[in-house]
Amino acid sequence: MGKHVLLVEDELNIIEAMRFLLSREGCTVDTHGNGTDAAQVIRSLKPDLVVLDVMLPGKSGFDILEELRADTETAALPVLMLTARGQSRDREMAEKAGVSRFMTKPFSNAEVLTAVRDLLYVHQHKG
Amino acid sequence: MTSLNVLLAVCLAYVIFLFLVAFFAERAGIQGRGGWLLRSPLVYTLSLSIYCTAWTFYGAVGNAARSGLEYVTIYLGPSLVIIGWWWILRRLVRIGRSYKVTSIADLISSRFGKSNTLAIVVTVMAVITVTPYIALQLQSVTLSLSIFSAAEQGADGTRIDTDYAAFWIAVGLAIFTVLFGTRNLNVNERHHGVVIAVAVEAVVKLVALLAVGIFVVWGIAGGLQETLARIDASDLGTWQTDGSRWATLTFLSAAAFLCLPRMFQVMVVENDDERHLQIASWAFPLYLMLMSLFVIPIAVIGLEVLPEGSNPDLFVLSLPLSEGRDGLAMFSFLGGFSSATSMVIVATLALSTMVSNHIVMPIFLYLRQGGASQSGDVREVVILSRRLSILGIIALGYIYYEASGGFGALAAIGLVSFAGVAQFLPAMLGGIFWRGATGLGALCGLAVGFLLWVYTMLLPSFGPGVVLSAQIFEQGLFGLGLLRPHALFGIDGLDPMVHAVLWSLLLNTGVFALVSLFSFPNPLERLQGAQFVNVFDHSVPTRGWNATVAESEDLMIMAQRILGAGEARTLFSDQARAQGLSGHLPEPTPDFLQHLERVLAGSVGAATAHAMISQIVGGSSVSVHDLMAVADESAQMLEYSNQLEAKSHELSQTAAQLRAANTKLMQISAQKDAFLSQISHELRTPMTSIRAFSEILRDTEGMGPMEKTKYANIIHVEAIRLTRLLDDLLDLSVLENGQVTLNQQTGSLADLLDRAIATAQASASRPMKIRRRRLNETITLQTDLDRLSQVFINLMTNAQKYCAATAPELLIDVTEHDGRIMIDFIDNGDGIPVDAREMMFEKFSRIGAQDSNGAGLGLAICREIMARLGGDVSYLAEVEGTGFRVVLPHSVALAAQ
Repeated sequence: MGKHVLLVEDELNIIEAMRFLLSREGCTVDTHGNGTDAAQVIRSLKPDLVVLDVMLPGKSGFDILEELRADTETAALPVLMLTARGQSRDREMAEKAGVSRFMTKPFSNAEVLTAVRDLLYVHQHKG
Repeated sequence: MTSLNVLLAVCLAYVIFLFLVAFFAERAGIQGRGGWLLRSPLVYTLSLSIYCTAWTFYGAVGNAARSGLEYVTIYLGPSLVIIGWWWILRRLVRIGRSYKVTSIADLISSRFGKSNTLAIVVTVMAVITVTPYIALQLQSVTLSLSIFSAAEQGADGTRIDTDYAAFWIAVGLAIFTVLFGTRNLNVNERHHGVVIAVAVEAVVKLVALLAVGIFVVWGIAGGLQETLARIDASDLGTWQTDGSRWATLTFLSAAAFLCLPRMFQVMVVENDDERHLQIASWAFPLYLMLMSLFVIPIAVIGLEVLPEGSNPDLFVLSLPLSEGRDGLAMFSFLGGFSSATSMVIVATLALSTMVSNHIVMPIFLYLRQGGASQSGDVREVVILSRRLSILGIIALGYIYYEASGGFGALAAIGLVSFAGVAQFLPAMLGGIFWRGATGLGALCGLAVGFLLWVYTMLLPSFGPGVVLSAQIFEQGLFGLGLLRPHALFGIDGLDPMVHAVLWSLLLNTGVFALVSLFSFPNPLERLQGAQFVNVFDHSVPTRGWNATVAESEDLMIMAQRILGAGEARTLFSDQARAQGLSGHLPEPTPDFLQHLERVLAGSVGAATAHAMISQIVGGSSVSVHDLMAVADESAQMLEYSNQLEAKSHELSQTAAQLRAANTKLMQISAQKDAFLSQISHELRTPMTSIRAFSEILRDTEGMGPMEKTKYANIIHVEAIRLTRLLDDLLDLSVLENGQVTLNQQTGSLADLLDRAIATAQASASRPMKIRRRRLNETITLQTDLDRLSQVFINLMTNAQKYCAATAPELLIDVTEHDGRIMIDFIDNGDGIPVDAREMMFEKFSRIGAQDSNGAGLGLAICREIMARLGGDVSYLAEVEGTGFRVVLPHSVALAAQ
């Protein structure tokens, strides 16, 4: 049974690339393009993994992550965070907010896929 | 016969007894015991009796024998003063205690603005006027000794040399006074021991005189009736009394009672309680009455019984001696001795205080100006200067005694003194009752009165030929008849004493009043005048005996307020321990008070500390001088606190500026961070797509050609986006740094718009309809046409991108106003939300984020370009749809004409 991955991302070409990669891994991929109601969407879709961009229209990825961690239902949900802001501070902020994995754009496809597999199959029941 | 040796031994024993009385009284006073006695009105009244000196004791009888009832005037004056003029005394006492006046010189100088000159003049005058008086005491003691030696002559043939005796008496009195008066320094110039000794002597002289009187009336005359009969039979009752002399003498003794330095000392300085004056006002006249009771009987009987040529000044002694009553004579001698010693001691003390405070100390302090001042050091000097002053004054008395021949009538010598000190009266009374009195007036009055007194009374008292030649007496100074000492200004025929008193006091008062009216007091004088004249308005009655512990408690309470409870308690208990006391309150000794004052001064300033402590310890109100010092101090503190306030204001301003600068820096730093994040984001995003798809293309096997083309296309588009972004960033950077070089060209606006529209439409996915007003576009421009075109293209591209209308339309409208050209680009879109209008000209601000082809630099670049061209680009809020206006500056339009 395929895993369900939600992409929260506003760059169409990046969505396209991720969809291509994840589909080939056998995952079901949903996308959501803005930050404002992302947490709500995540709660209702209950994906196995969220790939979360930082710079989203409406609300930043950090805020969404905090929201998820504050909710018992999504507190342990694996979140792979991708950011294009090259600030070292961002990694600290993300880890503080409880991110599962943090990667900086541009990434290599192999790394992303390793991280996704890791989160989906190895550390699934962690915590 | 009593031998001289026995007499001397008795005198010595008496002196030692007095010294012990004084010593123990002093000690009791310090320890706070025996206050009821030390502070009793009886002691005060008795101490006033130093008015009755040897002159009174011996001289009154002599005076009565020579001039009949005239002697009564000497008692009448003071009685009138203390009964009738008690209000003057009360005022003097209140002023003296309130302002810590130490002598009559201090009183007059304080009143007239702390004038040093006046203090010195009064001191010198006092020394000169009192000198004859001290000589009088020497003379009386010497005379009384000579009576004994004359009586002894027959026994062993030795006769004492009176000059020799006078010298040793002077030495003895000097030692006695030094021992009594300067054993220690009292803050208030008060001497409890001396006062008690004086009171004891007062009793001794009264009892002695009464004893002689009783002996004479009942022992010699044979009873009251007999005595009265003998008095009636004598010439005494029939002697005519000169009315003017009588009045003058009464006035003079009244004035002397107020002005004599020694009277001022016991009456004002040594006074502990104003209420004592009430008791004294009847008790002192009673004492005087008792003193004068037997004067006439002794004089009459003495004249009758004693051989012709006997000195009537010594009847008090010679009567008992002639009757063989050695014991009574001895007692009488002690009475006279008491009168003399008590007067000399108190007078010398009072004078030495004046000399030392107003002459020696100012000179000493002036000479050692700049030297470190140590209080202990000064104390030594003060005591030394007191002692030297005492020796000097007694030496002067002795010299006068020698110079005047030693045989003048006692009363005459006394009157010279009285008239001299009476010169202080106008300045003193004027000072405490008349606010208009000035220091200059007082000085002139005193000087005139004093000179007249010297010329008409003091110098003549030595007799013709001693100081003033007989010629001057007869023909006047420089041969001017108007200047004859006994007939000044041609007024002849008056009694010399009346003459001298009349002229000196009249001119003294007149000059004092006139000069005062025509001179202006300085501010301090004016203030002191007001304080002295209105002393009852702002002072409290002098308090009675304060238990020393109560004072310490008050001091403790004050110190606690200033220093805080803990520190004050530590200070006080440390001091108490240092004094060897078991409690926690020290005695208010001068040392402790000085220490406390220094400590308090550290907190509240020296003047304030001094004022506070003297308020509590002295029970006196704060003087004008203190207040001025306090005011000065407060002004300094105020000034200092103003400076502090200004400083702190400055500091807070600087702090605010720093805070603002810091905030700005933080903002700039945050902006820089945000900018860097933004650039990073804008660069990494296309690169992410490029990398992801290039890897997909590389790694995916068996991909269809359609997909390959699609992904390659994405890579291509993103690469272009990246390139454009870098172009824009570089462009913006160049524009922002002002490094751009404008390429000035001339061309028509219409052509420029044509080309821009063509470019914009070419890149658009969906060309929009353009409406123009070509007629308005016939303008020739001179500017950087390429840059201007860039702005137009940007605006049109934005319109194409963001206009959401189904049939997008763009109106390009050119207008000219005031030589400025305005080019409006208005589409039929939805407009831009109000809150985004401000931001959209900033870098990386995008309104519709979903369409991510632009990095949000376009409008920022437009604004920078227009700024370089001297124009502007702005949002047109008041049109339908979305509108932007490009404004070209005046110069560009002018070039078009």
